[in-house]
Amino acid sequence: MRAFTYERAEAAEAAAGRAADPSASFIAGGTNLVDLMKLQVLSPSHLVDVSRLPLDRIEATEEGGLRIGALVTNSALANDERIKATWPLLSRALLSGATAQLRNKATTGGNLLQRTRCYYFYDTTSPCNKREPGSGCGALEGFNRIHAILGASEHCIATHPSDMAVAMVALGAEAETLRPDGRRRRVAVEALHRLPGERPELETVLEPGELIEAVVLPPPPKGRQLYRKVRDRSSYAFALVSVAVALEVEGNAVSSLRLALGGVAHKPWRASRAEAALLGQPATRDSFRAAAEAELAEAVGHGGNDFKLPLARRVIAATLADAAGLTPEAEEGEPV
Amino acid sequence: MSQLDSEQDVAGVIGRPLDRVDGPLKVTGRARYATERRDGGARPAVGWIVEAAIGHGRIARIDAGRAERAPGVLLVLTHENAAEQTPYGLPEDAGRFTQSRAVLQGNEIRHFGQAVALVVAETLEQARAAAALVEVDYDAESGRYEASPEDEGEIPDSLDGGGQPDLGKGDFDAVLRSAEVSLDQRYTTADQIASAMEPHATEASWRDGKLTLHMSLQILASGKQAIAQTLGIEPERVRILSPFIGGGFGSKLGVHADGVLAALAARELDRPVKVVQHRRNLFFSGPHRGHSSQRIRLGADAEGRLLAIGHDSLQPMARRYQFAEPVASATRASYACDALLTRHRVVPVDRPPIDSMRAPGEAIGTPTFEAAIDEMAEQLGLDPLEFRLRNAPQREPGGGRPFSSRDLERCLKEGAERFGWHERPVRPRSRNDGRWLIGYGMASAVRPNLLMEASARARLGGNGQVVCELDMTDLGTGSYTVLTQIAAETLGVEPQRVTVELGDSDLPQTSGSGGSFGAGTSGSALYRACLALKEELARIACEHADSPLNGCVPDALELAGGRLSGRRADGTAAEAGLDAIAALGGPDGVSAEGSIEAGQDHEDFAQYSYGAQFVELGVDPASGEIRLRRCLGVFSAGRILNAKTARSQLMGGMIYGIGGALFEEAMMDSRRGAFMNRDLAEYHLPVNRDVPDLEVVMLEEPDYRSNPLGSRGIGELGICGIGGAIANAVHNASGVRVRDFPITLDKVLKGLETRV
Amino acid sequence: MPHRDPLDRPGRPGAGPAAAPDTLSRAAAADAGQTGAAQRESVTLTVNGRRETVEVDVRRSLLDLLREQLDLTGSKKGCDHGQCGACTVLVNGRRINACLSLAVMHDGDEVVTVEGLEAIDAQTLAPGGTMGSGAAALGDVPSLHPLQAAFVREDAFQCGYCTPGQLCSGVALLGELAAGEASIVTWERADADGADAVGAAPASDEELRERMSGNLCRCGAYPNILGALRRTLGQIEEGAERADRGPGRDGARGGTG
Repeated sequence: MRAFTYERAEAAEAAAGRAADPSASFIAGGTNLVDLMKLQVLSPSHLVDVSRLPLDRIEATEEGGLRIGALVTNSALANDERIKATWPLLSRALLSGATAQLRNKATTGGNLLQRTRCYYFYDTTSPCNKREPGSGCGALEGFNRIHAILGASEHCIATHPSDMAVAMVALGAEAETLRPDGRRRRVAVEALHRLPGERPELETVLEPGELIEAVVLPPPPKGRQLYRKVRDRSSYAFALVSVAVALEVEGNAVSSLRLALGGVAHKPWRASRAEAALLGQPATRDSFRAAAEAELAEAVGHGGNDFKLPLARRVIAATLADAAGLTPEAEEGEPV
Repeated sequence: MSQLDSEQDVAGVIGRPLDRVDGPLKVTGRARYATERRDGGARPAVGWIVEAAIGHGRIARIDAGRAERAPGVLLVLTHENAAEQTPYGLPEDAGRFTQSRAVLQGNEIRHFGQAVALVVAETLEQARAAAALVEVDYDAESGRYEASPEDEGEIPDSLDGGGQPDLGKGDFDAVLRSAEVSLDQRYTTADQIASAMEPHATEASWRDGKLTLHMSLQILASGKQAIAQTLGIEPERVRILSPFIGGGFGSKLGVHADGVLAALAARELDRPVKVVQHRRNLFFSGPHRGHSSQRIRLGADAEGRLLAIGHDSLQPMARRYQFAEPVASATRASYACDALLTRHRVVPVDRPPIDSMRAPGEAIGTPTFEAAIDEMAEQLGLDPLEFRLRNAPQREPGGGRPFSSRDLERCLKEGAERFGWHERPVRPRSRNDGRWLIGYGMASAVRPNLLMEASARARLGGNGQVVCELDMTDLGTGSYTVLTQIAAETLGVEPQRVTVELGDSDLPQTSGSGGSFGAGTSGSALYRACLALKEELARIACEHADSPLNGCVPDALELAGGRLSGRRADGTAAEAGLDAIAALGGPDGVSAEGSIEAGQDHEDFAQYSYGAQFVELGVDPASGEIRLRRCLGVFSAGRILNAKTARSQLMGGMIYGIGGALFEEAMMDSRRGAFMNRDLAEYHLPVNRDVPDLEVVMLEEPDYRSNPLGSRGIGELGICGIGGAIANAVHNASGVRVRDFPITLDKVLKGLETRV
Repeated sequence: MPHRDPLDRPGRPGAGPAAAPDTLSRAAAADAGQTGAAQRESVTLTVNGRRETVEVDVRRSLLDLLREQLDLTGSKKGCDHGQCGACTVLVNGRRINACLSLAVMHDGDEVVTVEGLEAIDAQTLAPGGTMGSGAAALGDVPSLHPLQAAFVREDAFQCGYCTPGQLCSGVALLGELAAGEASIVTWERADADGADAVGAAPASDEELRERMSGNLCRCGAYPNILGALRRTLGQIEEGAERADRGPGRDGARGGTG
């Protein structure tokens, strides 16, 4: 970890100004930043500690949503009674991620901004266009079991590791930010993260020094909310594929659907094609499978992650079926 | 509160589920591990390892200037200024744990991540920051990093544990050809890292030409030799202290870079230096288990009698580090057959040391072999349990010797009964619970039993306290506790009057901890030391002028409740406390030594520990995820020395095996010889939630051919076979047979996809 | 070069933000990042009931502050990256990974490590008074927190290296359960029960396993750790029942807990 200067911010406006230099960084929970700084994957020269800013409240909005302060910890958010009752998807996603210890420290804003777990990003002796633009991508021809199948580029096939952000996208959340010049704006979480393209080092649309102050949830989507995370062990592992869904069925047809995927792309992936394909269609296994296939029409594997194509297809379909209340597949057909 | 309750009987203390005597220290954070000691001496400087960024080649240029000028930096050691040592790997005829482990000698890079510099600073933060300032240019050369299944490989000199690389009997090819039912399958296992929770760590200090190392090490005697050999000093000038060790699992059998680097830097600075390996260092500056490709061939008659058993293994071997894992060791002892063929081959590679990791051989050879046995049973249409029982050997199939004990079949039957094996889904993919497909699997566990050399000293003070001294270690295995029990019972004193001193290379030499031989070997030496002490006490009691027992016959004395009693020549009764007799022996009381080594019984008899593993699990038909639901292990390992710690050892072994079966794979990028998932986020160990209800049953059967205590090794037995039981249960649940370990969901999914 | 002398600008605890370099000097600071002296700050925090004021390198983690500066080596470093849980401590009553938290950010915080668990009230989880240090030999046992005692009795460890983190995690877990906090297993159980929301229910084994999954144990003591938690939960329930029945209670608390 390189030496850096440190200051504790007392006001958001000042903090944004202090971090405008691209070599500066905010720090709040620190669970990802300190990890990366120890390895010198990231080496900010100046840290602006925003952890004591008064951004740790969850308030109801006039529209029937919630305004979640950026410093609300993942634990506090997952256990907020309003979240549990009305946006259970968010609680489920949060509690699917990391561990109790990390969730006690990790914040809402920081979770959105966490960096990829790509092995080559973490290993400073490897080429990585995200860590060191222009150096190449070690993962393309290397180990890419945990990598992207959607929206990747020849420069980067990393994935975004957050569970929470996937739920936020499915729920239509927006980030409220403060820019160094004092102006505030709202950015849909869906639009917050970028695809890698030719500039994988740019992960979000935020400017240097732009501070996430809150995330605003609109009123909940209709129907049943579920989060399904598939990973390499039963807990404490990042998603290979995750599915966030809010599904309403009226009669036998899908009347409302919000669907987002994790572990498949450089950003939380809004599954708009599947949503469009399903709306008004019968809520059956066949149509769920067809919608998943539609979403994955342009998905590409890179060898080690080829399995994510069938995995995503099957798990999207299975999660939609669960949300629709269909009988588990194992109880149908040939077995038993 | 410990169970060292004074009212308990002293007789029969061996075997009791005594709480760990070091437990209170460990649960209060007071147990001090390698670099945590403070004795008021100088605060150690902190060393940080700079790693090679290529897999093979040479250092073209190294410039430590900027690092040396960084704040707090005291020293930067590189190959340009490090003291000359005995070249790495010499002398060639020494064992791998006593050969030189030289560092920073010359510009050759043997493997990725090799230490190319050590930056020593006042604080960890300073050393870590300055380490990034060491500039290194390399001349990279292409290296060889993997053994591919197509390689023919070389025959290693020997196998770990001393077995022959090739062992067989009968005309294997002919017998296999003649078999009515046969199987020929290939299996693979992955590179693995032992991943003890405490990283390898050393604090070194020099005084008057003597080196003291506080180090996390399993075997002190050979470690002392290795350090002396490396530095070119007399072994008497090296002392290693290792009273608490945060796990080893083989990775701390020998000395690694942290130890040598700390010693070099401390001598240079004339100040204590500590070097704690970073978790990422450990994948290169510590040993790992190499991947394997295995071919298993079986032939049987239509009634399910095995006729031919063949097991070939191919693994990488690190250049200049002779180690070959005995992959087929259990295969040589599990089932009867007419023809046997087991062969081990290695491919030299440019890797860091490939070495023992918990249950070398069986950990990766039994999952594959027991899976093959299951596949064969399915072909034969036999219950896998019945198939195994039907092939019980009368003698060791490989060597032909009689068994000292053969308890596998009892374990299998007992386990099947307890587990409810008869309720299993007979057809694959025929049972579900909600969305989960349910399967049962089972396997045999067989693990060789070893006895090594050791000596020990026991002393009884005039205060009635017994002190036992030996250079044995306790990596969590329970040595402190078990040795306490052995001394207490043998000397007839209460356990709380016994203090066991371990982890100091100045104490009588043992074989340390490894190969599951620790408790039996060190325990037997201590047992004999205690017997000798008893004899000495009896002699003093009968001969010393001031003894109340003066004139009694030593052999006729009785020892009970800490008191000796007997009759004098005139027939009058006399008695005295052991402490009083010890006080007669001198100011320090009375001490005696004892020792042990393997005798004729280890030549004449095939000695193994046994077990049967049963697993129930679920497979998610959409994702291929596997969730264990319950595990049962039934084991026979001779006399159990402590029912509580023994159970924990077996349970821990089973969980270690679960890791290897389902999760663990160090992924080496063969373009550069670098492990890419070198942290605990991406090298997946089992977490608490991965481990289901897990039952351990121990069938007691003292085996005095093993050692005077009647115990056999248990530390690695729990691992054996469980991977096979899991693979078999996955197949039973889902109909998918995965032959490449670990069985991750992508491999199951592939099978599920082709099914539908 | 700014901040060459770290003593030029110590932060004052409780006196607002630490002074920051101006923007112009930041480029110089960036350059100094590799070779310059590190900023140091004064931090005051309470550790195991004892108030400590220390000066720290701003790069220092809370874990290294405990281990290297305060000689509290009970908290362990297994990975230094939040991937094993051996460093788990309680900060203001919540469990965190001390390795991923900068010490300088803990000014004013209350920290409890394994060395301070004995003083924690098993019923209220409130930290107790100042801890004595005291040398320890084998068997020299201070009074233990019930979970510590249960760890010994259930053999919930082998090498002992992950144990301090397991214990801090377990003690925090007891509080999280009492506060009705959910885990993902709570949700899965609600799904299985057909419930619309997560409710309070006695913790299942699966619930406890999930909540302890942030603490790796390579020796494989997980089932015994579960056993120790079960034993402690049983004792807490018994204690609560006794307290409810016992004299001297004002009866304000209804039910049987």
